[in-house]
Amino acid sequence: MTDEKPLIEIERRITGGDFQSAGDVSSELKRILQQIGFPAAFSRRVVIAAYEAEMNVVIHAFRGIFRAWIFPRHIHIEVDDEGPGIPDLELAFQEGYSTAPPHIREMGFGAGYGLSNMKKCSDRLEIDTRVGEGTKVVMDFFLKDS
Amino acid sequence: MEVYHSVVLDEEKCKGCTHCIRRCPTEAIRVKGGKARIDEERCIDCGECIRTCPNHAKYAQTDPLEAIQRFRYRVALPAPAFYAQFKFTIPLGKVLNGLLRLGFHEVFEVARGAEILSAEIARFLGKKDLILPVISSACPAVVRLVEVKFPSLLDNLLPLDSPLGVAAKIARLRALERGYHPEEVGVFFVTPCPAKVTEVHQSGEGLGRIDGAISMASVYTRLMNELHLVEDRPELQIAGFRGIGWARSGGEQESLGEGEYMAVDGIHNVISVFEKIEMGELRGVVYCEAQACVGGCVGGVLAVQNPFIAKVNVNHLLKKYSVFRPWSEEEMEAWRKAGVFVRERAYEAKEVLKLDRNFQRAMEKYQQIEKLLELLPGLDCGACGSPTCRALAEDVVQGKAEEVDCPFLLRDNMLELAREIYALASRVPQTMAGKRREDIGSQDSRSRGTP
Repeated sequence: MTDEKPLIEIERRITGGDFQSAGDVSSELKRILQQIGFPAAFSRRVVIAAYEAEMNVVIHAFRGIFRAWIFPRHIHIEVDDEGPGIPDLELAFQEGYSTAPPHIREMGFGAGYGLSNMKKCSDRLEIDTRVGEGTKVVMDFFLKDS
Repeated sequence: MEVYHSVVLDEEKCKGCTHCIRRCPTEAIRVKGGKARIDEERCIDCGECIRTCPNHAKYAQTDPLEAIQRFRYRVALPAPAFYAQFKFTIPLGKVLNGLLRLGFHEVFEVARGAEILSAEIARFLGKKDLILPVISSACPAVVRLVEVKFPSLLDNLLPLDSPLGVAAKIARLRALERGYHPEEVGVFFVTPCPAKVTEVHQSGEGLGRIDGAISMASVYTRLMNELHLVEDRPELQIAGFRGIGWARSGGEQESLGEGEYMAVDGIHNVISVFEKIEMGELRGVVYCEAQACVGGCVGGVLAVQNPFIAKVNVNHLLKKYSVFRPWSEEEMEAWRKAGVFVRERAYEAKEVLKLDRNFQRAMEKYQQIEKLLELLPGLDCGACGSPTCRALAEDVVQGKAEEVDCPFLLRDNMLELAREIYALASRVPQTMAGKRREDIGSQDSRSRGTP
């Protein structure tokens, strides 16, 4: 993270298995980025990655905390969950690989694009996972001059 | 920037109730001074407010049928949904001939435009490296919704003209081929909705010019009285099921044949699907047909027939006109060359949701909004004239409203004030302290007791 003071911080709880509220945090983040005036393409990749991270908690974990720090040219997101952890991180990064149980996949979630999508959309991605304890996803997005 | 809108308010009829502000999908309406006010930058002409207003104070501005008389050669472009207004037993050749009786010289079916366009869409979808899903550009309210609320989906919008635009251009080309001067040719759309009226007003000055939009309801009423006098001219009716089906939701994808397509109708449903697209959830879908009205164009606010009954009519028509009359490859090439499929107006982000042009100021405003939201009751009652508490907070920060427009905050403030008054009233002047306290008290209770 940069030394600069973030202008906006948000912290939201996510409940595992709560498909009713799934996506709410990312929607809120999207609205903030739009209202502040981040470029549409930049906001879109932030929101896609944030949504994947949020959905991962809903699908796999018991509960989690979503935190975002919004700087003028940089967005930092941390999603910390209590859950099963990821046994094979390398495998989890492969497109189409999923550990989501069949009933979740039947709902159209857990198609196995989560991590690869997060990697594609973010400028920096760090995953700290402990099997049986939980996973922490840290992402950074930098606004480049275009 | 001047923005034309078809949806307007009848001040006399507006009672200042809050039905419309809460239904508007882009939060474009506020009640100010007892009347609804439409923010032109935000309005997408979807017609939800027309549908929801109990006092019929909102209406769609359209052109009168008499407007066609300005032109020497007049072409009618009936929407596919127009066919569905009539009982399916009435032959379409009769309906179209009826339009000629009303003063038109030629009829060009928008359903035919839709058929021709669908071939071009299929060709476009065959291209590589498309941004998926491609979002249909047929419904102008949906196009404007993307421009206002989903700027990140602008590149998903189909870069081709609508069936109306295609029909108008081919119709004009034909009239010119017949030897008419461009100024002599008047092309008029028989419209199911206000959004299309706006599209007509934004049509260019060249080949794509559409000279007016006449309400489907008004044409229907005129025609109903005369239809028994009109003979059936089957040769006027060219479009088959592929085009007529565009009258209702699902018709576009049917015209495209097999593929990964989806259809969503109703502006609030469209919004929820677009949110999913923005979050990257609609993997595998190639084409998304989206219409602002429930049921598609048959659900337009200028329709006479109930949309569900109209859908029954459409289904019968599809069976009755289950033909496909192809056009030649030379014709198609000529249309392409003439720019029949080219959209004259480029899609552009409206960015009305930005709190400020200046990034830093926008951040500050956002923080102010969040602070203010903590004070507001969160009921989204609309009594302040803004659709939600958040919208009021935004309006306050933008200087368009005051905190005390909220009746709950006002009440809190009054309570505070009342407490202060009470506290002040309870204080005895220094000179009287300890002397007349009881007197004052007894006088007070006596006066209260007198009726």
